[in-house]
Amino acid sequence: MNPSAQKVPSVKTLQINGKDVSAREDQTLLDVARENGVFIPTLCNLDGLTPIGACRLCLVEVKGARRLLPACITQIQDNMEVFTETETLVKYRKMILELLFAERNHVCSVCVSNGHCELQAMAQKLGLDHIRYPYLYPKLAVDASHDRFAVDHNRCILCQRCVRVCDEIEGAHTWDVQGRGTASLVITDLNQPWGTSESCTSCGKCVQVCPTGTLFEKGRASGEMTKREFLPYLTLMREERV
Amino acid sequence: MTPEELQKIADTELEAKQKGGHTLCVCMAAGCVSTQSDKVKESLQQAIEKHGLKETCKVKGVGCMGLCMAGPLVAVEQTGALYQMVTPQDADEIVKNLGKPPVKRLECDTTQPFFTRQKKIVLENSGIVDAERIEEYIAAKGYEALLEALTSMNPAEVTEQVSKSGLRGRGGAGFPTGLKWGTVAKARGERKFVICNGDEGDPGAFMDRSVLESDPHRVLEGMAIAGYAVGASQGYIYVRAEYPLAVKRLKDAIKQAERHGLLGHNIFGTTFSFNIEVRLGAGAFVCGEETALIASVEGKRGQPRPRPPFPAERGLWDCPTLINNVETFANIPPIIRNGGEWFAGIGTEKGKGTKVFALAGAVKNTGLIEVPMGISLREIIFEIGGGIPDGKKFKAVQTGGPSGGCIPEQFLEMAVDYDSLAKVGSIMGSGGMIVMDETSCMVDVAKFFMEFCMTESCGKCVPCRVGTKQMHELLTKITGGTATAGDLAMLEELCDVVKNTSLCGLGMTAPNPVVSTLRYFRDEYMAHINDRRCPAGVCKIGKEQLATV
Amino acid sequence: MSKARVATIWLDGCSGCHMSFLDIDERLIELADKIELVYSPLVDAKEYPENVDVCLCEGAVSNEDDLKKILKVRARTKILVSLGDCAVNSNVPSMRNPFGVEDVYKRAYIENAQLNQQIPKQVIPPLLKNARPIHECVKVDVFVPGCPPSADGIYYVVSELLAGRMPDTASKTRFGA
Repeated sequence: MNPSAQKVPSVKTLQINGKDVSAREDQTLLDVARENGVFIPTLCNLDGLTPIGACRLCLVEVKGARRLLPACITQIQDNMEVFTETETLVKYRKMILELLFAERNHVCSVCVSNGHCELQAMAQKLGLDHIRYPYLYPKLAVDASHDRFAVDHNRCILCQRCVRVCDEIEGAHTWDVQGRGTASLVITDLNQPWGTSESCTSCGKCVQVCPTGTLFEKGRASGEMTKREFLPYLTLMREERV
Repeated sequence: MTPEELQKIADTELEAKQKGGHTLCVCMAAGCVSTQSDKVKESLQQAIEKHGLKETCKVKGVGCMGLCMAGPLVAVEQTGALYQMVTPQDADEIVKNLGKPPVKRLECDTTQPFFTRQKKIVLENSGIVDAERIEEYIAAKGYEALLEALTSMNPAEVTEQVSKSGLRGRGGAGFPTGLKWGTVAKARGERKFVICNGDEGDPGAFMDRSVLESDPHRVLEGMAIAGYAVGASQGYIYVRAEYPLAVKRLKDAIKQAERHGLLGHNIFGTTFSFNIEVRLGAGAFVCGEETALIASVEGKRGQPRPRPPFPAERGLWDCPTLINNVETFANIPPIIRNGGEWFAGIGTEKGKGTKVFALAGAVKNTGLIEVPMGISLREIIFEIGGGIPDGKKFKAVQTGGPSGGCIPEQFLEMAVDYDSLAKVGSIMGSGGMIVMDETSCMVDVAKFFMEFCMTESCGKCVPCRVGTKQMHELLTKITGGTATAGDLAMLEELCDVVKNTSLCGLGMTAPNPVVSTLRYFRDEYMAHINDRRCPAGVCKIGKEQLATV
Repeated sequence: MSKARVATIWLDGCSGCHMSFLDIDERLIELADKIELVYSPLVDAKEYPENVDVCLCEGAVSNEDDLKKILKVRARTKILVSLGDCAVNSNVPSMRNPFGVEDVYKRAYIENAQLNQQIPKQVIPPLLKNARPIHECVKVDVFVPGCPPSADGIYYVVSELLAGRMPDTASKTRFGA
């Protein structure tokens, strides 16, 4: 390809919480915030996977925008004025997290991911010491039919990281979501036991990207399920060398 | 198809009409079919044969005549007489009286405001043409607009007429249609698509269904014109599978149009080609949201994605996509035929043209109506709708379905358009209009719509998925008489977070029924909470429990 | 200076939070100078007294007896502290909730019983439909999550309260800690 035909992203300047920063036009607000040491909470987002803006924790205020915008998916614009820690945002984030905790049966003390869970850590980070909404206590299953892994739906926050990593990185698309609303459930193949899935390659990527203890390796006791960060490396290795 | 051939079809059709005799038009839209209008049609045919009138009289199925509560409806084309609640047993009497004064017992008064106060553009052919015959549509000036657009206008001129008309999206949000067309036309992309959103899911709404069942070609023509204007050669109509009759008529209509060369390659001998395919929805309300609908057409799970990018820029298979509602497309042929200025002359400053409403609930004349924008709610409900039955008192009218709000009596004089409805906390929506009388409990109504949103939430984003569930739990507690003031505060707080943080329109508008009933009927909430009493007597309030347990 | 009247109460929990409290070790002696322990599983008082300044409440509200107790505690206490995950989010006791009371009884007293298989009708207080966090039943003033909260965390909370300050518990402990 003729190099001159390639579009080179230009650099723009914007403000985050009153501080001037510069960024490439193809960057998202989240990328730029992180580069500049500004914390924006996320749960569904994971570097290396397509952002979907589902958890709504990364919402930020942008001056002139009619609505709050998800930082994970919003491209920066020249002269944008972004606010990440307004009173409203702090309130909304806590409420969203409360809704998540109340939705399913999150019992941190006996969870394989106790101490390594992004949901648990986020609650502490955002200063959440109790949940005001009534717990819904749904009855949910555990599928341990796979040789090496298990899925405990009681701990799922429907971030769809497993769905995306399986589709986008592994290329198997074993995982997907069934049902609607609070009845949504991540499933393997056409909702058959994981162990009988013909598309699953048993690569374990889904287990590694799961932010909670939903997907875990068998034989791990409470607090023993630690995760490896492999996606940034994989993404780097797969990048086309120019 | 050449322009001459089109004219010939129209002439032949009109000639047949001039012949004299009588034509009995039987409503064959879903409402009347559900009360056996198909049997009525058969009986009328038999009666004609029995009385030896086969040469002079005929029976044909037509689309919706509007007054659904009085169905099955039968009209005599030549005299304009209208019969209501016709049974197969009445067929003989009707046929015997053809050419004589109409049968008094069955006559429906066509001079009542229900008929005289309407203004029909979208529904101009509804109840008049046989939806299953393209010839009748052509005789009613059908495909003339497409011919005109393709042969004497360039795409930019077509868009200009639409812009001039002031038409705004009839799906609910009211985005200016011409602006949308212009954006898609400008968007860069090798392929572009036109999508018609017929995923009508609001409880009590049946405008799109009626249009598709009564006059499918009008929508096809509108889409083809749009395709020409934006540079697309492929269109999809997304219709919910719960509308089998609409789907069948659409598919038949597409086939007929293709056979006549009005869809397909080189339409009217021009270089413009346009094909339309039907896609069936699997019953998810969220698929009415444009990005979820596009995902569904692509064969994926029907879930919305954040916008921007908007479909106009990146839509179906990442190509620029124009997506409009059924009623919006149905407005296009007359706009092109008569010019944008003609359309802009109807309605109000900010709301041009007409709007189709499905009038339902506690009102005498339930059915499908089309009224000019700017008409007052009182005229719709008390004149066209005939008021509240059984001498009951009006309480509220709900517009916009689960995304809309309840409007109390004090706003009845308000002119109906996008902005005025928004001002009082409701929305125009797609056209559902549910009237409620004094026997409705507004908390119960809010709970009904919340249950709808809760079960229809796609589950992708947290506030909509769990927030609607928690709100429904709280509303259940209130209607059960066990709620506290703290619960009400929590409900209001949830309304705020769900509205402001949800990913798509479903979640953003889901709190509207609660917010609007709290705004105008707070006393009813307080009666449930403080006095453990339902003023309307709808909610069954049990024995008092420990308030906090 | 008069001593603060402090109580602790044990609802549906494992007593781990009480153990963690005792794990503050020699600091107990220092606390003893500042507080009077007026009611606790650790002391002899049989009736929950009036005018309690601070009550550390361990455990979820699981049965009718728990509910009665916590209502009384609330009525007689200035600062009610939900101590530990069971009190804060009903934790392990809540794991029975999705199954329903009948199934839980059956599992415990019929299916898993070797002898005398019957669901007790006396002595054992009836279970509530759900095991619930304390704040769903009465107003709670301070939340100290953790399973159990660390001894340091508990000491910090008690010290802050005795000093007349509201503790920032999120900085010291978390769910499941």
